[in-house]
Amino acid sequence: MNFVIPDFYPAAAELFVAAMSFVILLVGTFKQSARHFVYTLTQITLVGAAAITWQTMDGQVNFTFSNMYVDDLMGDVLKLMLYLSVAAVLVYSRGYMHDRKMETTEYYLLAIYATLGMMVMISANHFLTIYLGLELLSLALYAMVALERDSARATEAAMKYFVLGALASGLLLYGISMIYGATGTLEISNVAQAIYHQAGNRTVLMFGLVFVVAGLAFKLGVVPFHMWIPDVYQGAPAAITLFIASAPKLAAFAMAMRLLVNGLFELAEQWQSMLMFLAVLSIVLGNLAAIAQTNVKRMLGYSGISHMGFMLLGLMSGVVGGDRHFALNAYSSSMFYVIAYVLMSLASFGVILLMSRAGFEAEALDDFKGLNKRSSWFAGVMAMVMFSMAGIPFFIGFFAKFSVLQAVVAAGYIWLAILAVIMSLIGAFYYLRVVKIMYFDEPADNTPIGATLDMRVLLSLNGLAIAVLGLLPQSLMTWCAYSLLGSL
Amino acid sequence: MTGIPFLSLAIWVPIVGGLLALATGSDRNASVARFVALFFALAGLAVSIPLYTGFDVSTSAMQFVEAYQWIPRFNINYVLGVDGISVLFVLLNSFITVIVVVAGWEVIQEKVSQYMAGFLIMSGLINGIFSALDGVLFYVFFEASLIPLFIIIGVWGGPNRVYAAIKFFLYTLAGSLLMLVALLYLFMESGGSFSILDWHQLRLGMDAQTLIFWAFLASFAVKVPMFPVHTWLPDAHVEAPTGGSIVLAAIGLKLGAYGFLRFSLPIAPDASQAFAPMMITLSLIAVIYIGFVALVQTDMKKLVAYSSISHMGFVTLGFFIFNPLGVEGALVQMISHGFVSGAMFACIGVLYDRMHSRQIADYGGVVNVMPKFAALFMLFSMANSGLPATSGFVGEFMVALGAVQYNFWIGFAAATTLIVGAAYTLWMYKRVVFGAITNHHVSELTDINNREFVFLAILAVCVLVMGIYPYPITEVMHASVNDLLKHVFVSKL
Repeated sequence: MNFVIPDFYPAAAELFVAAMSFVILLVGTFKQSARHFVYTLTQITLVGAAAITWQTMDGQVNFTFSNMYVDDLMGDVLKLMLYLSVAAVLVYSRGYMHDRKMETTEYYLLAIYATLGMMVMISANHFLTIYLGLELLSLALYAMVALERDSARATEAAMKYFVLGALASGLLLYGISMIYGATGTLEISNVAQAIYHQAGNRTVLMFGLVFVVAGLAFKLGVVPFHMWIPDVYQGAPAAITLFIASAPKLAAFAMAMRLLVNGLFELAEQWQSMLMFLAVLSIVLGNLAAIAQTNVKRMLGYSGISHMGFMLLGLMSGVVGGDRHFALNAYSSSMFYVIAYVLMSLASFGVILLMSRAGFEAEALDDFKGLNKRSSWFAGVMAMVMFSMAGIPFFIGFFAKFSVLQAVVAAGYIWLAILAVIMSLIGAFYYLRVVKIMYFDEPADNTPIGATLDMRVLLSLNGLAIAVLGLLPQSLMTWCAYSLLGSL
Repeated sequence: MTGIPFLSLAIWVPIVGGLLALATGSDRNASVARFVALFFALAGLAVSIPLYTGFDVSTSAMQFVEAYQWIPRFNINYVLGVDGISVLFVLLNSFITVIVVVAGWEVIQEKVSQYMAGFLIMSGLINGIFSALDGVLFYVFFEASLIPLFIIIGVWGGPNRVYAAIKFFLYTLAGSLLMLVALLYLFMESGGSFSILDWHQLRLGMDAQTLIFWAFLASFAVKVPMFPVHTWLPDAHVEAPTGGSIVLAAIGLKLGAYGFLRFSLPIAPDASQAFAPMMITLSLIAVIYIGFVALVQTDMKKLVAYSSISHMGFVTLGFFIFNPLGVEGALVQMISHGFVSGAMFACIGVLYDRMHSRQIADYGGVVNVMPKFAALFMLFSMANSGLPATSGFVGEFMVALGAVQYNFWIGFAAATTLIVGAAYTLWMYKRVVFGAITNHHVSELTDINNREFVFLAILAVCVLVMGIYPYPITEVMHASVNDLLKHVFVSKL
């Protein structure tokens, strides 16, 4: 048996992030006082990773580590978005964590490990690699939720997240083992080949598929695997909620693409009907439950459930009666949707963090009262995000919904499109309520909004991105479609 | 395409002006915001005028066409153009924007920059609606124009403004979301085109046409508003600030009616004909029943709001009897209603600014203290009740004539509006303006100042000129209306 040195080039960014994590760990341990330095190092890591990914982005599909790992354009685009969103999370959350004495090395370190986990998920070409990445992400997230050690609520949220998350990982692993049993391989492209050649026992395969979809649904947070979302969103410190509500959605999308589209494409008809079920339930329940919420974080949690349901609508429109013409159109609409959602989610939680200060959590809806009088600019940003989430043009959320609906109609599910728009209408109500509270009500307290300059600038840019990409969505749409070409 | 892109200018000049007004920030710079707004409103009007003067009345083709790629991924293009049906509304809208800015000049003292910006941005978006020739572009303008009005009603409105604003928003959104599905369906059926003009040529089966007709109906009927989905309008009108009411009545209601002409009739002609009896019935209910509802109102704004619904019933009636007289009359009625209802709301605004009451019972004898105002208000009330030589008469007469051609009894029923309309408008006028002064607040009223006189007088001139010599308006729409009707009578089955 000869030892082959693998090609590290396709995984250069991951290796860089892993190496930097050790540096951060060492610096953090030996220079206890240097929070600022640790923060800067973390951001440098993300920028460096972005530079490496950008440099190695060649449009080719490169495999490495005995085909367990793949570097393709879809992965690169998602990773770039991932760095951007983690970097934004860190900028937004820094003041918040500092005020609450949680701006520790551990926070940054966990963020970096979570990022690494997501990168592995995005680039996995093997069921086990996906699982490894997922666990790295999840374990980091569990710990992050529990960072606020003295808070009973946060601990409860972390416990709930951990138990349910472990269950979901178990389901996923069980599904993977069945797929292995049916096909005799775990490498994604080989699984696809094996199923194409009718290898294995269909019943076992279907069972495996069901478990895989269930595990995936948990990670996406779609009904009926959504139970953790409201509690974790509400219980975790707002900065951590921001983290959970943004970047991991990108990774979960990548996971869905790798598992379902790259691996189990031959079973598309089967998983599409499962996704349709999940999507319908999520859109209905997410929107209806969000109406009743008075806590913004919880409300955004339910709204996130419905958004992920919308995203699944795109994934389930790819194959119609064995015809795969629609696949690229449908999957790229989902990818566009998830990127748009991450942008909106970042901005919405960003505003929550902006309004929180030491000893005060801006998480009740009423805390937003009269924001227009206190800061008309950030009220404007939040209003844009809300209109965007409701799917009103000219904001990115409209074109996200538009492209997904287009895919749904093209696949012939007119009734589903009508259901989705009716639920969007219900959704519009609670988004409007936020706008109403900010603009029509008198402020309850007049504490000036204090935030660092970098946060103000980034949040403003984030809001502008939602508007500008809403006016000119073409480039991002093309990127999504183009990057998926190689992976189909 | 000749030189200057007037349509783009008519859209973007007000929007840029609105953003600039917004940038003036807090109320310390209120007067700057006002002048910026006035300047850009006038500029918006100035760039709209060439659309009329340079309009070729001999053709029904789209004019001033501009076409650029916008989102090639879905074949969505930035295509603008106007024909005889839409050009007048761009003009009307730009004109009303100036009136609104002037009408809100001193009245609005809080967050002036946001108020002015809201109206300017809305003006640009509405010009976009009337000139978009791409389905998605239309939809985007159509939806986006909800946001400014939502904010305007909610921030500067009356005591029940939150309810009214949210009701307004959700009602209209409900309709337009179904339209979105119809647009996507048409995109698919047409093999990947969002061009409205392509859709006009698209052959569709009866089932498809029926679905499309209903989806568009959901959107436009709410916007018009037609009976029975009209209930948001009185709420929105009553709670909106004067400027909001003016724009809503003068322009907002025309969007739905315009949608029928641009989408429903030409894209689904067979379904339109099949459902014409239903549409005519609903229109007649709006004309007659809502007319009686207006009669019993005690709130002036509500009364005018119901009268708007009744007048818009005339418009939809005119469309669905499918003869040139009816459609042209309906279009004239739309323009005229833009002036008249705008002026009525402006007059009520003038009273409200002084008395802070819209109740008819609180007034009486206004003529004694505000003679100039009473004279102008009289003219607009007459126009609202359709007196000959005012603009209100022309449209109603043409539609009634068209309806009689179609069916005598329909024409007869429609013509009763001339009686009911006169009854509710003039009775209100009598109770507010004439009689002895019973409320001592009324005796302290001051007559309109120069600013108010100017914008009311301009509206009065428009009402009179249009009533006496409507030819410049009907001339513009003639070719396009004939072409449209030709379309409607060619079956697509």
